[in-house]
Amino acid sequence: MNKFNLNNSYKAVVIGGSAGSFQGMIKILSQLPKNFPLPIIMALHRLKHVRHGFVEALSIKSVVPVTEPYDKEPVKKGGVYLAPANYHMSVELGHTFALSTEEMVNNSRPAIDITLGSCAYVYKDKLIGILLSGANKDGALGMKHITDKGGLTIVQEPSECMIETMPKAALALTKIDHVLKVDQIVEFLKELDKQYK
Amino acid sequence: MQDIDIADLKKITELIFQKYRYDFRNYAMSSFKRRVLRILELKKLNVETLLKKLNDSPGFIYEFLDELTVNVTEMFRDPGFWRILREEIIPGILLNHKQFKIWHAGCSSGEEVVSMCIMLKEMGILQDVTLIASDLDTTILERAKAATYTMKNMELNEKNYIRFQGTGNLKDYYTEENGVAVFDKTLLANVSFRKHDLVLGEVFNKFDLILCRNVMIYFNQTLQNEVLKKFHESLFKYGYLAIGSKESLIWCDYASRFIVVNNEEKIYKKIKD
Repeated sequence: MNKFNLNNSYKAVVIGGSAGSFQGMIKILSQLPKNFPLPIIMALHRLKHVRHGFVEALSIKSVVPVTEPYDKEPVKKGGVYLAPANYHMSVELGHTFALSTEEMVNNSRPAIDITLGSCAYVYKDKLIGILLSGANKDGALGMKHITDKGGLTIVQEPSECMIETMPKAALALTKIDHVLKVDQIVEFLKELDKQYK
Repeated sequence: MQDIDIADLKKITELIFQKYRYDFRNYAMSSFKRRVLRILELKKLNVETLLKKLNDSPGFIYEFLDELTVNVTEMFRDPGFWRILREEIIPGILLNHKQFKIWHAGCSSGEEVVSMCIMLKEMGILQDVTLIASDLDTTILERAKAATYTMKNMELNEKNYIRFQGTGNLKDYYTEENGVAVFDKTLLANVSFRKHDLVLGEVFNKFDLILCRNVMIYFNQTLQNEVLKKFHESLFKYGYLAIGSKESLIWCDYASRFIVVNNEEKIYKKIKD
């Protein structure tokens, strides 16, 4: 039964989150199918001047260790990546990461819009974008870019979010394919995984 | 928000190269595109009018360069890096030379240079060090020379200084005038500011330490290789190169001529000519 009507054409999953997204993110990473076939690229709002701790905290329960990529590092299938503190993170056309110290966007660095927007440009309709709980509008424009390029979009069910501003902003700005609770996102990723096996 | 395709970006970089001899043709695409889009928005232009303006108004290139280059920086950015410099790298240099030379390549508005001078002063060796601070953008170089920063930014700078564990108080080095922090100019007595283009510029001196942090992230792999080659040539054997904490040399051809002396803070040492 293919509830979400998925196929195996996708090349990457990009996830944005802010206040209240940590628990959801942990749940997703801890229930990720083994040998998940796509890279998971995360832009989560975080303290700008704390370089350590966050990636370790996400890694504890994650099926795959989470890493903060270096500038120019290749994006690998099955890799789980987190935007490092105080850098914006993009993906280049050649599927390598690009970091930047440009001005903050939506008061954030890393900004979710930058990561989502660059992934939309590179992966086009082969991208799945997921936006979780958060207290500002960062990510909404990025989700619009994904929709405009034909990618698939998911936001966390606002009623389940600790702070619903972020998914609601995306819902107000663009067409969102699925509004799901974290458990359903986990189910979605399991179903996606099956398409590749 | 408007979008811009690669063909248009190429038109822009070609025009700038042919007419003004600045070479952005090997800049990293994702950030370069964002910078150009930002300029279009700030200056209320589209690709056609931008090209026309670059072609017809020679003075505009300086405005363009100032907006294009990323000038976001902090004093004592990554305080851990500065502690390693003070406790390991500089003492290492001093073992062999009482006097030495530092190059801040891509110094932007100069926060890193001021931080360096403060640290060297606190170590009691400021008078023994020659510093060169270079940037492509002459507008930002003037700001670096002035060493004045809005008080709004000083809160973060103070926090970084405290985490760096300086021997004094950052306030010892500046006076507040009309909402700006004016740094003591004698700090910069040994600093020469010069316009220098990392892409087309020649190797001009030899150094014991080069800092080029979060600059090469704006270059593509090809250009990174070329610039690293220039840094290699600009370093004395056993000289040090510091790059940003999330940069790496491992994808560069010249990496084998360096060893990592501090992986956490990304400090390298030239070991082979």
